[in-house]
Amino acid sequence: MFGGIDPALLIAALMVASVPILLAAVGELVVERAGVLNLGVEGMMIMGAVVGFIAAVESGSPLAGFVGGALGGAGLSLLFMLLTQVMQANQVASGLALTLFGQGLSSLLGQGYVGVKPPHTGAVPFGPLVDIPFLGRVLFGHDPLVYLSVIMVAAVWAMLKFSRAGLILRAVGENHEAAHALGYKVVGIRCLAILFGGAMAGLGGAYVSLVRVPQWVDGITAGAGWIALAIVVFASWKPWRALLGAWLFGGISVLQLNLQAARIGIPVEYLSMSPYVITILVLVVMSSGRGRAALSAPACLGQNFHATS
Amino acid sequence: MKRRQLLATGALGLSLAFGGAAMAQDKTKACFVYVGPIGDMGYSFQHHQGALAVQEKFGDKVEVTWQESVPEGADAERVLTQMALGGCNIIFTTSFGYMDATNAVAKKFPDVKFEHATGFKRESPNVATYNARFYEGRAVQGTIAGMMTKTNKIGYIGSFPIPEVVMGINSYYLHAKKVNPDVELSVIWAMTWFDPAKEADAARAMIDQGVDVIAAHTDSTAPLAEAAKTGGKVIGFGQASDMAEYKPSPRVSSIIDNWAPYYIERVGAVIDGTWEQSDTWSGIPEGVVEIGEITEAVPAEVKAAAEKVRDEIAAGTYHPFTGPINKQDGSPWLAEGQTAPDGDLLGMNFFVEGIKDAMPQ
Repeated sequence: MFGGIDPALLIAALMVASVPILLAAVGELVVERAGVLNLGVEGMMIMGAVVGFIAAVESGSPLAGFVGGALGGAGLSLLFMLLTQVMQANQVASGLALTLFGQGLSSLLGQGYVGVKPPHTGAVPFGPLVDIPFLGRVLFGHDPLVYLSVIMVAAVWAMLKFSRAGLILRAVGENHEAAHALGYKVVGIRCLAILFGGAMAGLGGAYVSLVRVPQWVDGITAGAGWIALAIVVFASWKPWRALLGAWLFGGISVLQLNLQAARIGIPVEYLSMSPYVITILVLVVMSSGRGRAALSAPACLGQNFHATS
Repeated sequence: MKRRQLLATGALGLSLAFGGAAMAQDKTKACFVYVGPIGDMGYSFQHHQGALAVQEKFGDKVEVTWQESVPEGADAERVLTQMALGGCNIIFTTSFGYMDATNAVAKKFPDVKFEHATGFKRESPNVATYNARFYEGRAVQGTIAGMMTKTNKIGYIGSFPIPEVVMGINSYYLHAKKVNPDVELSVIWAMTWFDPAKEADAARAMIDQGVDVIAAHTDSTAPLAEAAKTGGKVIGFGQASDMAEYKPSPRVSSIIDNWAPYYIERVGAVIDGTWEQSDTWSGIPEGVVEIGEITEAVPAEVKAAAEKVRDEIAAGTYHPFTGPINKQDGSPWLAEGQTAPDGDLLGMNFFVEGIKDAMPQ
């Protein structure tokens, strides 16, 4: 115990608090590694939040809710895919439009669901493991999505690093002309990446409306999508660093609230800005000196590709 | 020939536009600016209920429009200017942070009436302010909190350290302390009016530290949703709106902002041409602050004590800030039997004695 703060509860809380941004960040990371900059993460998250919420309430099953959330996010990303991959629209503008559109559409869809309680998402039953002091509370008391978010990080890392598919995806993001010359379907691969990114963002959104704040209100994601975008840059497009970034950001956000409740005498203004300040600081440290080489965006990020021959 | 046709069409268009404007003049246009989405089921929702009541009362005589989720700051000034240019006769700006924007735009449009909620600046004659004495409702909640807590730890999630919020915290604490001398208050500043995930995290941080009664002065139902996860161990209150979906527990009572009577009165005054600058501050006695049903999760004697506080305030026989009250640093604020002057409350930037959190400066 440290001034009334129980470290086990704190770590458990930070893992839960980081799940939405982590899921969305891992999805966006794959999209950006394929050379596509989708700034519509916030819009896809909130669509996932509302569609997932509706699916869970109508079916009574949280699982259906999460599947619905992923479909909702992926559904909205279809629009982005159509605009940027088929019609060659500007990616930055399309992404921003996607966020605005998602916020409006989610508000419309959610009209009849304000004040409704979704079905409860239970913790994964680990049996006696939960009773282990400290570790039990930290590691074994969570709902399935917490574990899924970590598994997704590992899976994306392994896919990018060890698999042929990952190599092709990175090739498309680094040099789409060369990938095209080798016979890879640049647009097709990017479309798949966009759908994956949309599904992950939607899943993150559904986690907000089904677990973290189990209810639907307009604007429920309140900017989490933008944080996810920042985490991708923070992570220099590497999955494990995204995990670190999300836990750091989520951890400091939760810690500052706990410090306030425990009355540690730090002025609240400093506490409130600390998640952002520390994220910026780490970013500066990482992008200076020797760490600099590691901070390299995919070379074709944000550029549209049109096969001329 | 072609050019002449074009001119004729243009002239027709112009006359239509002006004709349209003239017709619009017959109707009074009342406009509302909300800080959150109407679907927050809390603060902005209640203002919108007031706006709808205006429409219902005056029917064809008024046109009501609104803009939701307007950020406090430079954006607000742009929205207000657009509304004023768009023919609004009276504009209600419903959050504290619109104060400077409201006064700045009001200077440029002397014929448009501006009504700013919870602020204190009236820099030109077409700006009026209005507020509700939320602290009266907090006195009732504090009474319930002090009697209901088992851990003797009660919590308050504040938005920003502004007088309106600070007086609520002080009132809540004083009345909890009155019925339970051992009570301790912890305050978390969310530094936002609306961010459900952050409000839920703040509630969780309190619950993790043993707080079992949580009041919130932010705009969403998230703190109640978080309290609901504890299965009845932690209770809270509906804020701004009744939040009846969390009855009977964790929501054991609520403060309901009922703006409808005020909005109807003020829009009516614009229609009659009798609108004048004013500064209105009403509470439980006038029905602007309502106490939502106290549920069966509260024992009868607690309910009776809370209702007694409510009824005494309604009857005007009791003021929630009645001395002796000292400031946090121990210096005297109100002497025995003295009640707080409104000026002190509207500028309140200190906690009362017994609260251990430091006031952000």
